[in-house]
Parts: sequence; C-alpha cells; structure tokens
Amino acid sequence: MRLQDLLLFSLKTLTSHPVRSLLIMLAMALGVAAVIILTALGDGARQYVVNAFSSIGTNLIIVLPGRAETAGSFPGAVMGQTPRDLTLEDAHWVGRLPQIRRYAPLNVGVAELSAAGKLREVTLMGTTAEIFPIRHMQLAQGKFLAHTGENSAQIVLGARIAQEFFPDGNAVGQRMRLSDRRFLVTGVMAMQGESMGFNSDELVIIPIQHAQTLLNTTSLFRLLVETRHHDEIESTREAIRQTLIRRHDGEDDVTVIAHDAVLATFDRILRALTLGVAGITVISLAVAGILVMNVMLVSVSQRTAEIGLLKAIGTPAVIIRHIFLAEAIWLSLTGALAGFILGQAGSWILRLVYPVLPAWTPLWANFAGIAVAVLTGVLAGLLPAIRAARLDPVKALGKR
Amino acid sequence: MIQLSDISRIFHMGDQAVRALDHIDLTIDSGEYVSIMGPSGSGKSTLLNVIGLLDRPDSGQYLLDGRDVTALTETEQAQVRREKIGFVFQSFHLIPRLTAAENIELPLILTGFPPAERKARIAETLQAFNLTDRAQHRPAELSGGQRQRVAIARATILHPTALLADEPTGNLDHRIGSEVVALLETLNQAGTTLIVVTHDRELGSRARRHIAMRDGRIEADER
Repeated sequence: MRLQDLLLFSLKTLTSHPVRSLLIMLAMALGVAAVIILTALGDGARQYVVNAFSSIGTNLIIVLPGRAETAGSFPGAVMGQTPRDLTLEDAHWVGRLPQIRRYAPLNVGVAELSAAGKLREVTLMGTTAEIFPIRHMQLAQGKFLAHTGENSAQIVLGARIAQEFFPDGNAVGQRMRLSDRRFLVTGVMAMQGESMGFNSDELVIIPIQHAQTLLNTTSLFRLLVETRHHDEIESTREAIRQTLIRRHDGEDDVTVIAHDAVLATFDRILRALTLGVAGITVISLAVAGILVMNVMLVSVSQRTAEIGLLKAIGTPAVIIRHIFLAEAIWLSLTGALAGFILGQAGSWILRLVYPVLPAWTPLWANFAGIAVAVLTGVLAGLLPAIRAARLDPVKALGKR
Repeated sequence: MIQLSDISRIFHMGDQAVRALDHIDLTIDSGEYVSIMGPSGSGKSTLLNVIGLLDRPDSGQYLLDGRDVTALTETEQAQVRREKIGFVFQSFHLIPRLTAAENIELPLILTGFPPAERKARIAETLQAFNLTDRAQHRPAELSGGQRQRVAIARATILHPTALLADEPTGNLDHRIGSEVVALLETLNQAGTTLIVVTHDRELGSRARRHIAMRDGRIEADER
C-alpha cells in the first residue's frame, strides 16, 4: 500500500465521523494551546525581569558590607557583632581602580521633608552625581552637584514629591528642610515609575556626606560600580574584593555581586518556572492521548467486520496496524496544529492586553508541544492498532 | 489447483472439542464449479475458510497451485489471498463510508497500483458489472443485487484463480439471486474456479460437482 493511499484512506474514515473526530482534535488542540500560552506567559515574565535588569545596566557591580554567603546577612550577626563598615574612604579607593568607569556610594534612609507649610516622610538617598548615569536616571530640571562642591546642601526631588510640594512646577531654587537641615532644591527627576521595586518618583537625593550625617552612620548601604567593559566584570569584581580586603586588614568582610549574576539567577529561576508550567500542561496532552486511545478502541470494535473484510481481501496485519496508527496520527497532528494556531492567537491576545509582558512562546515550547501531542497520539494509537491487526478474520467477518 | 490432504480443524467449545473438519482429502482442479452443501455445523464454511487461507487447519497439508501454503506466515498468506483468491459473502461486507467505486478499488490500493491505472481498471470493471451509473453511490444507497455485484467486482478485480462464495444469495430474493449466480457462472466460464457454499438445493444443483458434508466429513462427492 502506498503511503499517500494509506493516509487518504485513514482520513476518509475520520471525516465519516466528523463530530467525534473534531472533539478529539479539540482535546488535543486545547492541550497544545495550553502549553504554548502558559510557556509564553512564563517566558514573558522572564523576559520582563531580564529587561528590567538590563535597563539598569549590565556592567554593574554592587558592593555591600558583610558577607551574604554565611549565616544570615553577615557572619557576626549570631554573636551580636556588626560587620566592619564599608566607608566612603573605601569607596574612593575602589573608584581609583583602572577598570572602573564610575562609581556611586549609597546611603538610604527615611526622613521628614518639609517646605511651604507642607510636611511628609520621604525616602532619602545619599549619593553622588554619578548615580544618574549608573542607574540610567534622568533629571527633568536643574542639576545635582554640578559646578559646586560635593558638600553643598543640595537636594534633588522625585517627580511626584516635587509635584506635591510645588504644584506650580517651580521647585528648582526653593529651600526645603530635610529632618533638621536646610537644603536647596537644585533639580527634579524625570518621571520614571517603578523599576526593580524602587520608585524614584517618591525619592529625594542629597549628597552622600549629608546623608551620612543625617542618618548618623559612617557605613555605606551599597557601593555601585560600573566597569568600563562588560567582559571585565569578573576581574574587576576580584580587584574590588582584593582592594577591600587590603583596606580591612586582610579580612574578607564585604560581598561583591556582579549585577549579571543576579540577572542570571533570576533568569534561571524563571526558566525553571516556565519549564515546570510546561510540564504540568503536558499532563493535559496525556489526557488527550487517552481520549484518542479510547476513540480508537471504540472504532476498532465498531469496525470489526471491516477489519475481517480487509484481511479477507489480502491485507497483511502490518498494513492494518498502519491504517489505525495513521488515524491516530491524523487526529493528534491536526489537533496539535489547531492547538498551535490557537496558542499563538492566545499569546497574541496576551501581548495586546499586557503590552509590558513580552509573551512570546519560546521556540522549544512550540516544538515540544506539537511533538509531545503527536507522540502521545502515536502511543495511544498503538494498542488499538495492534488489537485490530490481531483480530481473527473468520470471527471478525461473523460480527455484525 | 487446490489439494487438501488429511486436513483437520478442531474448535474448542468449553471443555468439548468439535471436529469442524475431520481428516478431509479433497482435490479441486482449476476452472471447476463446485457446490458445497450440508446442514449447519457440518463444516462447510470452515472448509471454505481453510481453502481461502482465512483459517489455519490444525493438521494436514494444503497445496495451492503446487505450493504448500499451510505453513506460510500471516503476511505471506495475505499475499496469496490477495493474488489468488476472491471472497463473496452473504452479507456483502462492503465498507459503508466508501462509494461503490472506492469499495471495488480497495484491492488495487492494497496492492499499490498507481492512481491512473486504478482509474482505468475501475472504469472497466464498473462497465463489465453494469455498475457505471452506481459508481458514486454508497452501499446504503444500493439495492441488494447491486451490493452483491459490487462485492463480486471487488473480489475479481485482481483476477483471482479461485472465487469462494459463502451463501452468495442468502440475503437476496429469488430473481436477484439467480442473476447473481448467473454472474458468478459467467466468471467460471471465463476460467475462474468457483466454489459455492449454500443451503439452497436449487443453487447447489447448478454446479457441475456437488460435495455434501456432514459432521466435518465429506459424505458425497458427485460430478
């Protein structure tokens, strides 16, 4: 029997039971569509996080005091010790390393901000002007720590804060009180919304020395470092560590994280999540496979006389197996393709509804969805096909 | 030529063994017209099934055109059936979802003929069996006589050496039945061996050789 005749013969059988065939196809299609849409969702989430990280800069290294790897946040914690401070002086030393393009020390705290009879609590960030290029932040008006000494009492307001205190938009040049100190507003940040759980619209920025005095600390919260080249991240990370070990009397008591590594971790986690979701949806394909098997078994028992006839006119068992397998393959293949189209349409709608989420199905999931569907179809068709081929022709012909 | 020697076929019903064929010796030459008659359970259908390679004897030897076909594999037997044997059944056994032409085409498809040749042979066969205007009808839309003509056309499209008919007129009225028998006889006159299993004395008497069976044995064999 020629292959095209085999396929055509099986197709004719399926189209003679259109409702039954369509329902099975639908079960298969929904399984495949679920794989495609859910992996699109998972991978979209991954892409979203990766993009959010990348927007902050991929050449970034973060230094924080204490060792994150050991017990809790730092090793002395259990014994009531504090780790050695990461000081502004340390930051300057790190900043002198040749691989480093720019760096920004960071202190973060909360204080009361008041002006023009209004008062509210704000998150304050003490840093230097370098924070803007490092974190890709933009100023809408004015400047920060330019042309004047680093110690001048300047403050840059987040867009929303500026709006609250100075609705007229004339914030620059105004004087404000932060805690018990007076500052001159020199700039307003552009509206950027939330990024990485950190809302720069509700933030004020002041020079690092002022922040340390205000918060009464000498230890930095973070030190952000940007390397000159992406491929120097690892060596720079090591150089920073060595510099700080030297300055801390040989003690390795800081954590130096490449931003890339954090990104890679998130990437791994979300990839695993997508894979897990795909795995769960594959179960629905198995269910569809069982449906195919069920329908094929019914079909075999309904067509017993036909199988007997086929044997009587000289069809070998192997061809009878092929005929029934071909039916199962038709069902699962057409179902899988319909599911693929349905799934692509679904993820397209997802992208329309949530434009921030790049919900594209990864290539492997497309292939895996279709392949698993066809494979379960074949496996499900195997048992009915074998059963059909084994029928005794005399008994089969006697059946009505 | 069909040569059966010492053929037995035993069925087990519960703890009872039934000898459907009991040491049968039978030779049928090419081109013969044989009727096999006998009461129900006499083994006549089993004999036909063994001759048609649908059933395997439990013992004995079967030579078909000089070749021992008893020990062939399932696939080899299927090939012999396809090339040398045509079956005609009481209940026609047409595939309901296929048209008359498609039913007749089945053996050609199984053998792997290319579509162009299939088309030509089907047209020729439809013409010969006077079914041309019924080609695109499904079995449900055909009369009993037409259905049996389609079945005979399917059985003979590959020009088998033997045509085996099991109660071919059993589901047909007398007039249509006679037409079908006449058709089978025409094929026999053209050289095909014709073996008819029947209850019908009138039909049986039309054959040139009459075999009567009882309890799995050949009781009479007259020419």
